[in-house]
Amino acid sequence: MTAYNPIEVTRSRSAGADRTFTVLTAGAAWLVLLLLGATAMSMAWGGRLAFETFGFGFITSPEWDAVQGKFGALVPIYGTLVTSAIALIIAFPVSIGIALFLTEIAPRWSRGPIGIAVELLAAVPSIIYGMWGLFVFAPFMGANVEPWLTEHLGDWPVLGPLFNGPPIGIGMLTAGIVLGIMVIPFIAAVARDVFAEVPPPLKEAAVALGSTRWEVLTKVTLPYTRSAVIGAIFLGLGRALGETMAVTFVLGNAHDLSASLLMPSNSIAAAIANEFTEADSELYRSSLIALAFLLFVVTFIVLSFAKLLLLRLKRIHGGTL
Amino acid sequence: MKRSLWALPIATLLASCGSPDSSSKQALAGATVTGAGSTFVYPVLSAWAADYAGQTGTKVNYQSIGSGGGISQVKAGTVDFGATDQPLASNELAQSKLAQFPVVIGGIVAVVNISGIEPGKLRLTGPVLADIYAGKIKKWDDAAIVQANPGTKLPDASIAVVHRSDGSGTTFNFTHYLSQVSAAWKSGPGEGKTVAWPTGVGGKGNEGVAGYVKQIPNSIGYVEYAYALQGGMTYAALQNAAGNFVTPSAETFTNAAESADWVSAKDFNLVMTNAPGPNAYPITATTFVLMPSNPKDPAKSKAVLDFFRFALEHGSEQATKLDYRPLPTALVQQIETYVGQTIK
Repeated sequence: MTAYNPIEVTRSRSAGADRTFTVLTAGAAWLVLLLLGATAMSMAWGGRLAFETFGFGFITSPEWDAVQGKFGALVPIYGTLVTSAIALIIAFPVSIGIALFLTEIAPRWSRGPIGIAVELLAAVPSIIYGMWGLFVFAPFMGANVEPWLTEHLGDWPVLGPLFNGPPIGIGMLTAGIVLGIMVIPFIAAVARDVFAEVPPPLKEAAVALGSTRWEVLTKVTLPYTRSAVIGAIFLGLGRALGETMAVTFVLGNAHDLSASLLMPSNSIAAAIANEFTEADSELYRSSLIALAFLLFVVTFIVLSFAKLLLLRLKRIHGGTL
Repeated sequence: MKRSLWALPIATLLASCGSPDSSSKQALAGATVTGAGSTFVYPVLSAWAADYAGQTGTKVNYQSIGSGGGISQVKAGTVDFGATDQPLASNELAQSKLAQFPVVIGGIVAVVNISGIEPGKLRLTGPVLADIYAGKIKKWDDAAIVQANPGTKLPDASIAVVHRSDGSGTTFNFTHYLSQVSAAWKSGPGEGKTVAWPTGVGGKGNEGVAGYVKQIPNSIGYVEYAYALQGGMTYAALQNAAGNFVTPSAETFTNAAESADWVSAKDFNLVMTNAPGPNAYPITATTFVLMPSNPKDPAKSKAVLDFFRFALEHGSEQATKLDYRPLPTALVQQIETYVGQTIK
């Protein structure tokens, strides 16, 4: 006589559900990898004509001449990296500051509204930042900031060449600052969430030992959340590298290689957005797709570098988070 | 039960991809012609299309994807007509079995942002304009500019050059003009929808260039006439082939179109820049329509021709309102003859 056994029934049903769930989630995860691989492959395939024609010179040549059919990616790569670096230099301290203030210092009632405001900033379309950059910020840079930089820093030995140039307000510095403002909400929102995860007993213990607020921040909160914060920074960096519209508006879209941050340049994403519609020769189109592939490679290198940095930090300081 | 759930979508799928000619018949019944290409002609073409749809019920669907896209789409046969700012040569037309004719005239103007200079008051010669864009003339009070502008006070300021960052028929006409008037430009950057600019910043689209010129003091750029007018921008007077300084206007564009040698241009393969007329504006441009000369679907081809016949004969008011110019009457007659001979 087989008795009804509720436990057995539940177990077998949930085992089936478990399997389905595993297959579904694994499928979703592998799909991402598959898509990523397929995207990279199809971009490499689309750009093969450019890579075949120019070889390694495609990466090292600053020349971009559609009339002569000569294409080199050095200027867009340089412009992308420099503007993103400026963006991070600005965004990193500001966003960490915002996040620390919101979790540690701000009065409790104000944390919600300010936090939501930061998150809302992330939802502003990038073209709005671009238009603000072009109509408001670039004239301000051209009239006030850039002449001052040229006058005061222009003849410094090493930094000088960075700040020499016509004060037209449009160029790598302006683009980098606008990008920095754009990525602040991303880094700040993630950093705030991880700072809030620091277990209160750790902080309380530090306070009990007589630590000041500064010491709690630098000796407990930051070390505890180090790897997550670095993750947040690279999330912001990823966005800065691929940003298109805002950069197009304020970067100047000129294929010129210049040491000065006040000079116009080009970025990979902006070059593609600008030139794809009228790229009428096979080689031209292929070069633009090859640019997209290079952006992929650049981002991959940067992210791998971040991972390595994390591993190194873990080895030195021991694993946290 | 399960099977019948799947059967319906699959049957629909099969039906939809089964017969290509059923869908084309459907399109014809709705009397729709599709075109693609130049963004330069888009505003006037869509105004004409609206008028035409109101009068005849035939819909003209035009996608402004750029001249290069228009050429490749009409060659591939995915649209009924293409529109390009850069004419194709006769052998390329013959090869792809296409016919080509101009439809409307517009102008490209040099705009500047120099305080104290009023529209049309700054005078530039072709070689000076080329040298500014080549980065050889760097200051507004350069001797070459001062010489062309006696009595005008020009600032001791660096010239900020603005050009297009995207490929464009406007850039093609502008650089075609610079190549005509400056041997150095011709052998250097040359002509094309995008060139390797020796200097300056690039704005996306006419609005991007206009935006940069308005933002940057002491800058110079080039935009379509309509943008300069709507933005209230300061345009320069240019020296034409006859040696006169002319400001951009309806009359000077028309004079350029009338004085250009259309009669001996095979398949209308002619760029009107630097036209010889005494009052001709030197950077006058036109957009060309491309359509199959040996159409697979004669009814479609007739519908396209009927639309452009309407546009050329009755579209001048709309064109003028949008700051374009209608083609001269003699040229319209020449197109009519050409179409009759070329398109079967």
